[in-house]
Amino acid sequence: MAVELTYQVKGGDFSHAGDASSQVKKVLKQLDIDPKKIKSIVIALYEAEVNVVAHALEGVIRVTVDEEKITMLLTDRGAGIPDIELAMREGYSTASKEVREMGFGAGMGLPNIKRNTDLLEITSEPGQGTTVKMVNFF
Amino acid sequence: MNSTSKYHAIKVDPAKCFGCTHCMKVCPTEAIRIRNGLAVINDQRCVDCGNCMRVCPADAFYILQDDLSRIYDFKYRVVLFPSVMIGQFPDHISEGQIYQALLQLGFTHVFEVEQPIQWLIEAIREYHRDHTDHRPLISSFCPAIVRLIQIKYPSLIDHIVLVKAPHDLAAHFAIEKLKQQGAREEEIGIFYVAPCSAKIVAVRRPLGEKESIVNGVINMNELYNRVMKVVSKEEPADNPACREHLTREGILWCLPRGEARLFKKRSMAIDGIHNVVKMLEKLEIDDVPEIDFLELRSCDQSCAGGILLSGNRFLTVERLQRRSRHYPLAAENSPEQEIKEKVVGRLAADPIAPAQVFRLDADLARAIEKMDKVNRIICQLPAIDCGACGAPNCHALAEDMVMGMAKMSDCIYLQQRWQKEGKITSNRAFSNLEKTWGEGRFEADCNKKGARNEGF
Repeated sequence: MAVELTYQVKGGDFSHAGDASSQVKKVLKQLDIDPKKIKSIVIALYEAEVNVVAHALEGVIRVTVDEEKITMLLTDRGAGIPDIELAMREGYSTASKEVREMGFGAGMGLPNIKRNTDLLEITSEPGQGTTVKMVNFF
Repeated sequence: MNSTSKYHAIKVDPAKCFGCTHCMKVCPTEAIRIRNGLAVINDQRCVDCGNCMRVCPADAFYILQDDLSRIYDFKYRVVLFPSVMIGQFPDHISEGQIYQALLQLGFTHVFEVEQPIQWLIEAIREYHRDHTDHRPLISSFCPAIVRLIQIKYPSLIDHIVLVKAPHDLAAHFAIEKLKQQGAREEEIGIFYVAPCSAKIVAVRRPLGEKESIVNGVINMNELYNRVMKVVSKEEPADNPACREHLTREGILWCLPRGEARLFKKRSMAIDGIHNVVKMLEKLEIDDVPEIDFLELRSCDQSCAGGILLSGNRFLTVERLQRRSRHYPLAAENSPEQEIKEKVVGRLAADPIAPAQVFRLDADLARAIEKMDKVNRIICQLPAIDCGACGAPNCHALAEDMVMGMAKMSDCIYLQQRWQKEGKITSNRAFSNLEKTWGEGRFEADCNKKGARNEGF
């Protein structure tokens, strides 16, 4: 048995960035997951969600919660990441001036995700889109 | 450590409640349901914020708390009232007249709560200095907020400043002062005048304290009415003992930014529980800049908007601000050292344990099963959030169903569909409706309570 949740994310819509993470947070609380684990999960998901909003045209978040873990799969259609290794470095950012002015795009997103997840897999096709898979064990 | 208290100050009067959806819709913890035509409060979820009382068009909520009749059990009868009480009186009634009226009502000592506030300021600053692991620190002043964090934001519990409230400070201080004058502790009765339901519960069943130092609690609106009845037109001789150590910071404490203004570093003050919820949500995902101190208050305009105050909240704020200008700064008014040690030693509060009142099940496998069921039920519900089922929204109804507290047939739209499909009779559907709203609730009646938007 698992709980499946799906959320659509619109690129450029910063006022709704974080909606999916809030929903997931509420579900995890109702499942009585350890608050510290919830915090890591939600921070990672929020960062990933903001990445889709900041860099992609649109995306889908698919979340599966079972007894052992939460699996979060973000698939977006957009610019993609040409050099994933470089993107993982703290402070490296390709965010536009507009995005930075909104308080995002400091180049801490992916490193922050890595710190807060147990498994992180990123695959990207430049010009096509990016898929981020994050797994956290309870 | 205390678990969630089941004691609540707010009650529903079945003679007045006619079963509408106003309270249910504003409750920040979705604690209210309508059953058999009456509002029912889930005491595990209620944080005593008083929003239900504020919106009720039938004045059906009441606070049963009046220890005024018990004051004569004591030789020394101390009335401890927060300075916000003074702010609600009309301008022509002076503080001296209010003190005089309180003595006339049977008290032997009148004492404003926020003194000597410098000791509390120092205790909070010390806590801030010694607890660097969690930022921002969150004020523990508003008991509704502390309870909200306890049940809904357990990951933020460690951010709460574990220092007691001004009424504890004042109670200990008043007791020590009276003991100095020769009173024995058991002869002293401390009666706290509460501006809201949350403070009543905090005094009766404190979190982070084993036992309250206060002997009784009095409703501020009840006392206000009594003072107004006996207040003399003459200006009495000044009685400065009541406010010997009252300071500017003390008077402003219960107003917006009352605590936040004392933090030279980055601080923020948020009032209104729905605004607070938004900030706590952000704080939980670390989406907040570096802030040292957060003052969070459940009522709009903080305690000036307390549910048990009688005056207009903005006029109350204005009067208190004006009053505060005539008082010295806290640092200039810190009384004798000997009492200070005794009082300050008692200001530390015990840790607060989280209370999982929203979980679907303690067992994860079963909780996942229930969550999955909630998601499947949601597909059947109309997403209109009308409240006609007696739950605040469709999602809450679905949760109630998996918890065994509601049925599919509680949804009036589903019933309608089933009737169309010939699955149930209209008689059956109608009697289901009466289970939520009470028998005879749908009879034509021009004098029906609430029908003409009374109270708006």
